[in-house]
Amino acid sequence: MTRATIDGNEAAASVAYRLNEVCCIYPITPSSPMAELADEWSSRRRENVWGTVPTVVEMQSEGGAAGALHGALQGGALATTFTASQGLLLMIPNMYKIAGELTAAVMHVAARSLATQGLSIFGDHSDVMAVRQTGFAMLASASVQEAHDLALVAQAATLQTRVPFVHFFDGFRTSHELNTVALLDDDDLRALVPEALVRAHRDRALSPERPFIRGTAQNPDVYFQARETVNPFYARVPEVVQAAMTRLGERTGRPLNLVDYSGHPDAERVIVVMGSGGETARETVAALVAQGERVGVAQVRLYRPFPARELAAALPASAQRIAVLDRTKEPGSIGEPLFLDVLAALTEAHEDAGRVLPRISGGRYGLSSKEFTPGMVAGIFAELAGERPRRHFTVGITDDVAHTSLEYGASLDIEAPETVRAVFFGLGSDGTVGANKNTIKILGAQEGLHAQGYFVYDSKKSGAQTVSHLRFGPQPIRAPYLVRRASFVGCHQFSLLDDVDVLGCAAPGATLLLNCRHPPEKVWDALSLPVQEQILAKGIAVHAIDAGRVARDAGLPGRINVVLQTCFFAISGVLPREAAIASIKAAITKSYGRRGDEVVDRNHEAVDRALAGLHRIATPDRVTATRAPAPQVPANAPEFVRTVTAEMMAGRGDALPVSALPVDGTYPSGTTAFEKRNVSEVVAVWDPDLCIQCGNCSFVCPHSVIRSKYYDPARLEGAPAGFQSAPLEAPGLPDSRFTLEVYVEDCTGCGLCVEACPISAPGEDPVRKAIDLAEREPLVAAARDSIAFFETLPASDRSRVDFGTVRGTQFLEPLFEFSSACAGCGETPYIKLLSQLFGDRMMVANATGCSSIYGGNLPTTPWTTDADGRGPAWSNSLFEDNAEFGLGFRLAADGHADLARRRLAELRDAVGGDLVDAILAAPQLRESELRAQRARVAELTERLGGLDGAAVTDLLSVVHHLVRRSVWIVGGDGWAYDIGAGGLDHVLASGRNVNVLVLDTEVYSNTGGQMSKATPLGAVAKFAAAGKTVAKKDLALQAIAYGSVYVARVAMGADPQQTLEAFREAEAYDGPSLVIAYSHCIAHGIEMRNGLDQQNRAVASGYWPLLRYDPMARAAGANPFLLDSARPRIPLADYTDRELRYRSLANTDPPEAERLHGLAAEAVAQRWDLYEEMAARGAHRFPADARKER
Amino acid sequence: MDLSTTYMGIALRNPLVASASPLSKTVDGVRRLAAGGVGAVVLYSLFEEQVRREAALNERLAAAGSESFPESLSYFPDAADVEPGPRRYLSLLERAANAVDVPVIASLNGATPGGWAGYARSMQDAGAAAIELNVYEVPGDPATSGRDVEQRHVDALSRVKDAVTVPVAVKLGPYYSSPGEMALRLDAAGADGLVLFNRFLQPDIDTEAIATTSAWELSSPAEGRLPRTWIALLHGRVEASLAATTGVEEAADVARFLLAGADVVMTTSALLRHGAAHAGVLLDGLSAWMARKRFTTVDDLRGLLAVAAGTDAAAHERAGYVGGLRDASAADYGPR
Repeated sequence: MTRATIDGNEAAASVAYRLNEVCCIYPITPSSPMAELADEWSSRRRENVWGTVPTVVEMQSEGGAAGALHGALQGGALATTFTASQGLLLMIPNMYKIAGELTAAVMHVAARSLATQGLSIFGDHSDVMAVRQTGFAMLASASVQEAHDLALVAQAATLQTRVPFVHFFDGFRTSHELNTVALLDDDDLRALVPEALVRAHRDRALSPERPFIRGTAQNPDVYFQARETVNPFYARVPEVVQAAMTRLGERTGRPLNLVDYSGHPDAERVIVVMGSGGETARETVAALVAQGERVGVAQVRLYRPFPARELAAALPASAQRIAVLDRTKEPGSIGEPLFLDVLAALTEAHEDAGRVLPRISGGRYGLSSKEFTPGMVAGIFAELAGERPRRHFTVGITDDVAHTSLEYGASLDIEAPETVRAVFFGLGSDGTVGANKNTIKILGAQEGLHAQGYFVYDSKKSGAQTVSHLRFGPQPIRAPYLVRRASFVGCHQFSLLDDVDVLGCAAPGATLLLNCRHPPEKVWDALSLPVQEQILAKGIAVHAIDAGRVARDAGLPGRINVVLQTCFFAISGVLPREAAIASIKAAITKSYGRRGDEVVDRNHEAVDRALAGLHRIATPDRVTATRAPAPQVPANAPEFVRTVTAEMMAGRGDALPVSALPVDGTYPSGTTAFEKRNVSEVVAVWDPDLCIQCGNCSFVCPHSVIRSKYYDPARLEGAPAGFQSAPLEAPGLPDSRFTLEVYVEDCTGCGLCVEACPISAPGEDPVRKAIDLAEREPLVAAARDSIAFFETLPASDRSRVDFGTVRGTQFLEPLFEFSSACAGCGETPYIKLLSQLFGDRMMVANATGCSSIYGGNLPTTPWTTDADGRGPAWSNSLFEDNAEFGLGFRLAADGHADLARRRLAELRDAVGGDLVDAILAAPQLRESELRAQRARVAELTERLGGLDGAAVTDLLSVVHHLVRRSVWIVGGDGWAYDIGAGGLDHVLASGRNVNVLVLDTEVYSNTGGQMSKATPLGAVAKFAAAGKTVAKKDLALQAIAYGSVYVARVAMGADPQQTLEAFREAEAYDGPSLVIAYSHCIAHGIEMRNGLDQQNRAVASGYWPLLRYDPMARAAGANPFLLDSARPRIPLADYTDRELRYRSLANTDPPEAERLHGLAAEAVAQRWDLYEEMAARGAHRFPADARKER
Repeated sequence: MDLSTTYMGIALRNPLVASASPLSKTVDGVRRLAAGGVGAVVLYSLFEEQVRREAALNERLAAAGSESFPESLSYFPDAADVEPGPRRYLSLLERAANAVDVPVIASLNGATPGGWAGYARSMQDAGAAAIELNVYEVPGDPATSGRDVEQRHVDALSRVKDAVTVPVAVKLGPYYSSPGEMALRLDAAGADGLVLFNRFLQPDIDTEAIATTSAWELSSPAEGRLPRTWIALLHGRVEASLAATTGVEEAADVARFLLAGADVVMTTSALLRHGAAHAGVLLDGLSAWMARKRFTTVDDLRGLLAVAAGTDAAAHERAGYVGGLRDASAADYGPR
């Protein structure tokens, strides 16, 4: 038996890949790693158990993947797919077909929440419960080992029964948990899936050699009967699945059943549960039974067809109280699905047997990866022990609205004392998780040791916090919940001690390993009051190391993970020290070996240096600190922010009661302003003397931390000492002052501003720019005062700002600020610009992806308001429907604008003809015109206040639509080129006045860099590990073909002025507009600081020609196609060689890289020729815009 | 006219060799050089330090942003950051060697003992006809002793010689205290060829930007005198083949080096300036000159103007210097 420490995704994919010929995939969290692994194995030519390398094909959506799956199956291939959540929903139509045609297949699902009042990427059964009616059999795995084993059982059973299967396991909790498992070898797989079954599957395929027709249209005469033909096939399923489980159990010693009961043989109270929660319930039951309680748990593994008989047989006859737990919610239902199934099954069974039905309650737990702990299990049993247990309940939350929630004791600890538990707090950027995964693998590989690792990430893409939960010990670890009592706590970032309750999970007598810059004798004094208190109260032993310094000395600046991992082994003593060090080094060599000796050597050196830098910190016998951590949000924050948002920020969101949360997913705008994250050690600083006030830095700042204002010098009165000011360099305002304020606590230190700054201090080496980076810490206190004063200065008057220049835009207040996007993000500068230009009348439909995450992920969100309380109205519907969603905004706005105009005309006499005529005739293109219209509408509103009548009331309800709304449809290339392409195409063809901004990173950035149809030829991406061999789709040309669409391709780093003009023209155009924006991305494998330079190179090489297509120009007889960039002036390689996505193919497959590069260069030249020719065409050679009255 | 010659024991169709340059960065480039008529091609140099730096950079870029955000625990396929350089270089070498019928010589600048030997062996395995060690090194630490630098170069050669069976040349710089003695040491350590001389990158200063800039210029014929002087001195005094490089612009420059005693003459600048086909122009010019001067083989003319063995070389040099000074003093530099 081979053991390995892997996660649930790998466990399932390992079997699925080896038992299939075709994998139809599409990325979606948390299932993406299954698809990525399959793709990686396929690209390495790994064979399945029958010697075939499976074909892995990425589709444009899950709907597409399901269609391809259906086709492959009808073609006789063994085919599979991996998905979750909305992806599974998109497969439903095909699932009915596949099942209706009795087609053997398995879909592997990392079960995840569905988007309802909010999207959630985390785990529950909402998605799989939404396909329970499709005719697919459903098999639930409760652990990483089961995800491996049942993947095989599902494949065996589907081929035997012809009923297709969904094999699912809990998203994140199982899909991402590392655990030590026994691997199934190819013989195990072949034993359960004999080739005869494969051939039988092939024989059922469509073939012109023995043609038949499948997929007919049926009439009322036979459809019903035909639908009933399948019953015998479903009837066989439980028996076949059980047989496969038994067979596998015989081979592996791991027996499984359709329903597994464990607990007291004469249990009175029983829980029925499915998924990983069953593991918690089973372990808790064992502990309670040991204490003499008569309790038990039935773990349901086969859910469809529902094993009614087996369930009834599994439950002890003594059971009087049963709680059925569902990890989903079905609002309005009498109960959730598993509950209803169990209720029906037991009712029938007991009725047939003439027995009294036990009292059966239904409970919800664990939605969106909410913890499900032994305490909750005990709480449920306590409820069942009551006189009249609740029929319906929730557990794990405080429901103070409908009062559904059970009380429970959170502190119940049932874990074996010999299981070591450790928790590590770190940042995503510091490698803590990677090192811990490594640790888990080292420990899991030790004879007789079992290891588990689970990792909690926050929702930020910059400065993200991570918490690693590790367990290891002599017994298999079945604890699918977070570590609550750790004997070892690692705090890899000192500042986290003030941000989160690091020691809350520390058990009495635990060890704390601190990474801190303070010398050993100063460490204690640096701790805050509550931290010192916890250390003393719990008797915690403190160790400290300056891991940053050790890493720097080893030539690995910033990479503290290896240093701290070494310290963990040294202090914890889980392995003998020498053996541990040798294992770490061996792991380093294995992980980094192919990355070169340099990388290996440096890491080995870090290991060697670590122990010398580790110190035990003496703790006095009393608290000496007076410092308490600063409050999460300022006292003057709005109430919701103080009472709800701040709790989420502090990691106490789990404790928020139902009543605290909005009922419909509506949250206040602009909450990032209250979250000062201080994520970067270095921040931007301004030199007023050098600065020429060009606005470039502010224009490109991804996090809107660079703000400019001009003001009357008299305003400087009362300015704090450090407040910086310079004479305004602008004609027409001779006596004004200028200040560029850096919001240092929000700055991510990305350095894009420095790159964009054209001014250097002469003769200084190293080069110092007018905006440059400096250490944050010494700046913070003064900056707070300075920013507070800056905010008292009035916002620049928009009607006096020159919107037409980059310089001018710096004075427009950004209404998108301090997002959680990556440091140096290439998307957010565009979004910020939109918000500056149109924010006070803008509606944003945002496709799911990076921009919906940094734009809308709780706890705090960046879309904000101006001083008048106006700002972008933002929403995210789904991934695939964003263009349609935005069109809906337009339709509503147009309808209401028409209504307002009609009512206004009706009320002309009452309101006043001059005002009404002015409003109805108002041009609304320029900011000054919009300002004037706002003033008129304000006047109108006031006059309406003095009037009565239905028309007046009606007009007041839509009066704000008299100011033109700007509808923006924003999303990435995964949406625009792939999953949303059909909808986008349709919306562009609608002729309606919507504006589309495509943030083109050329990969699915949010899910980790998978190929899209925007991925360029020759680039490497996930699902294109061997380099993309199809050229990027020219979305601009497609849209131009309509003749009625304004189209622009922009790259801020190459020509910010062109970007600005394109945005303004697109918005002003009364019809559909499409702006495709080059967005450099961390997935390009670049130094993010060089992102703008890369944009410039993309344009200079001709790879990304800047263009604008304006149908208005054609209407005026001019050439509508404007080529804004110069002829290619650098070789393509001068652009591509600087990005790992291109370079890496040259490393792995040099001839192919050269071939693709040659073709890419050719394509650049060909396209340039075409564009040049188009730029020289007459207007008449472009299609006319045929819409009327335009 | 018979232009054939041997270099480090390898038979060449003529003595003109394309030295390491961007022209040999692609298979097509090497093909063009061979088609231009050169007798052999030296591939661009593989710098171990650069390879290691790029590996570290790739590792960092591939890991950037990973294990931070639950939806994107990585951004690249697993193999994206494999160690670059050797594979890319070796693939080019292998394909180039297969693509042309003239010998392809690999060029290596190592940084570590293991690097010199390991990379050299890989180059041999990939089909290198010979290996040229580019011992380009600027001892930036002023405290470094000359002897230490020399020893490093001799050690590098020894390591590579131990690791490979193909001929090994050393491309050395002119800035040893006694370049002749260094040549003899390398010769004694087993160098099959000596390539004279490497040119050092010397930074310049941009007075507008007030910043240092990298300055790289193609060589000019006048620069050929320095290597020519040493080739003339070393001809007949070392067993290693002698390759001249720097300052080849026209056929006469090739002839000059051969007369001084070079076995082969390398050129980059002329080919970069005029294209790979310029090799044909040089060779035609050489043949025409040989015909005019009644030489029929390269051997006929090689070393005719070398410093004959047995001559007091120092005295020869001194005499040349004194003569040079005299001529310089007498020259008319224009109005004083």
